[in-house]
Amino acid sequence: MAKRFIAIWFRHLTTDRIVRSKPELKDVPFVLTASERGRMVITAANLAAQQKGINVNMVVADCRAIYPTLQVFDDKPGQAEKLLNALAEWCMRYTPVAAVDLPDGLILDVSGCAHLWGGERPYLKDIITKLRGYGYDVRAAIADTIGTAWAISRFGLVSPIVEPCNQMEVLLPLPPAALRLDPLILERLDKLGLHHIGSFINMPRKALRRRFGQTLLSRLEQALGLEYEALQPIQPIEPYQERLPSLEPIRTATGIEIALKQLLEKLCLRLAKENKGVRKCVFKCYRVDGNVQQIEIGTNQSSRNVKHLFKLFELKIGAIAPALGIEVFTIDAPIVEDISVTQDALWDFTEGGNGTAIAELLDRIAGKLGEGTIRRYLPDEHYWPERSMKIAASLAEKPETGWRTDMPRPINLLPQPETIEVTVPMPDYPPMLFNYKGVLHTVKKADGPERIEQEWWLEHGLYRDYYCIEDEKGVRYWLFRLGSYDSGEPKWFIHGFFA
Amino acid sequence: MQLAKHDIIQQLQREALSMQRHKGISGQRLHKGLGDIDNAFPEHTFPLGAVHEFISANKENAAATNGFMAGLVGQLMQKSKLALWISAKRTIYPPALKMFGIAPERIVFVDLCKQKEVLWAIEEALKCNVLSVVIGELSELSFTESRRLQLAVEQSRVTGLIHRYTPRTENTVACVTRWKIAQLASETNGLPGVGFPKWNVELLKVRNGRPGTWQIEWSKGGFKEITPQTFSISENLTRKTG
Repeated sequence: MAKRFIAIWFRHLTTDRIVRSKPELKDVPFVLTASERGRMVITAANLAAQQKGINVNMVVADCRAIYPTLQVFDDKPGQAEKLLNALAEWCMRYTPVAAVDLPDGLILDVSGCAHLWGGERPYLKDIITKLRGYGYDVRAAIADTIGTAWAISRFGLVSPIVEPCNQMEVLLPLPPAALRLDPLILERLDKLGLHHIGSFINMPRKALRRRFGQTLLSRLEQALGLEYEALQPIQPIEPYQERLPSLEPIRTATGIEIALKQLLEKLCLRLAKENKGVRKCVFKCYRVDGNVQQIEIGTNQSSRNVKHLFKLFELKIGAIAPALGIEVFTIDAPIVEDISVTQDALWDFTEGGNGTAIAELLDRIAGKLGEGTIRRYLPDEHYWPERSMKIAASLAEKPETGWRTDMPRPINLLPQPETIEVTVPMPDYPPMLFNYKGVLHTVKKADGPERIEQEWWLEHGLYRDYYCIEDEKGVRYWLFRLGSYDSGEPKWFIHGFFA
Repeated sequence: MQLAKHDIIQQLQREALSMQRHKGISGQRLHKGLGDIDNAFPEHTFPLGAVHEFISANKENAAATNGFMAGLVGQLMQKSKLALWISAKRTIYPPALKMFGIAPERIVFVDLCKQKEVLWAIEEALKCNVLSVVIGELSELSFTESRRLQLAVEQSRVTGLIHRYTPRTENTVACVTRWKIAQLASETNGLPGVGFPKWNVELLKVRNGRPGTWQIEWSKGGFKEITPQTFSISENLTRKTG
């Protein structure tokens, strides 16, 4: 989907905030100041002050000379950032991705949001009127890229909405400052008489890079949408966490169990509301002596079943050392996932669709005995016996290809083929006798050979000629010869036992 | 009078069975059955919802036992779609299970290190009533441990197959049956090559049934009874005396 961004510019962010708390200052010229090199310098001036010719970076004493009744307030450092963060959080009602653009703006990623307000124009209008209603003097623009939206919001004169793929046209008449460049580069551009983006946008890149550095080029490309620009959205702090302080320090296993159960119930209640389930859960116990004890569980399938989660934790409660007692219990769910109803349908374990019960059983086994103990195999398209299957990634994964049944395969396979001594007629006959672990077997019946070539694109080596052998007791073996007789004495191996 | 007596005996047998905690799952049988072996079991059906014990003495017999168990599992898995195979040193080669009517991707293997862990996992799995069959590979199983497994399946009605590989002693356990499977030379009818898997199936113990020995072949996706050909000299060749 095509990306759309909104850049919002707060023209008098900090002064507007003061007006909001002190409405009587609305039409009174006032400034915010901070000390710099032993003198008071203006960091922000409201509209009324600007109309009197008072601007940012002027010294307070000079301004007092221009306008003697000028009101002066201290600027709190970090105030702008705090305000922008709050405003960005407020903007989450319009889009989930809102970012702060210091020192005086916000950037919203509004891809696919505007239609909910009936189009981009009413959407933008809604944002602007709401913010203006709060008393903030804002300008905003909507465009395909962050760079263009920023430029239009600050310097645009025509329309705040840039049509998709129209960045180039709207950027041409704007001054170079619209590209978010360093003052040094702006000064150099100004010296050369390049007052509009249009006057240098078509210059050879090499020349631009040599004279102004890579920054100019990348800013230009970001604005045009040729280069990706990352956005750092402020995430609302919304961890899945529950706390339980205790009146008296708790020292018994029963006490811990009760606390755990209560916390799980609270957590699962919230998860149920949001239709989510836990994949990973951490239970922390804050001890009186400042030590923190924690146990952790994971699940194969997102779950919000209190009983199941409690069972998983129960196996590990023994690891908590309460010492003098535990004051506070917390439970965190760092990984939560949507509980999908369709998940069971993909791979129906049983006729009743009771996949959850099996998943919970496997969770318990994995929780106690380790994640790597549980394996399920799917066919893999290889002839080499050891490679003919792969481990399934999840319970829901289905085989893509069928299992081969055209050639006999032993039910028991040795982890490593073991060498045997054979008596064998040349060249391609099965052995007559073979000696495996000191026991001599006489071959009565045999099938083969089935030649399996080494897959040269994976590994170099000799091919194997497999024989099914039945000895005098009726036991069936899977033997193979490695390579041919051309290269000296080929070795013989036993690889498996047939049923 | 004769008929009434027969009825009474049957009635009493059934009562005795229920007292001995053999609760047959009504209407549930093996998909195809075991042929003649079925007659050895109470009510002529392989006991489901119980724990069965298989003993193998060496690697070769273990393969035969695995094959026989796989055949059973294939029939048991007609209902549920997932089974657990819990073992400490797994030798099963999953692609081969396809031969015995099991889709190998429907088996979840649990590979553990210690005997204790295997027992714990088997017990937990047997308590999960959604599964229909759980296979466990162990070497030692004490009476108490087997009793725990039996109690678990009495609740959940899961069938458990315990494969004991080279146990130190063949001690008494609380399983309903004890089997020993060994390979037999396959039948080829004079043709070259190796024939279908053929086993000597020994049912050493069966609760409320009759133990016996059979020769079974796995062919065409099912167990097939082979009647051993008794060697007899035809009548016209015997020398008439006297």
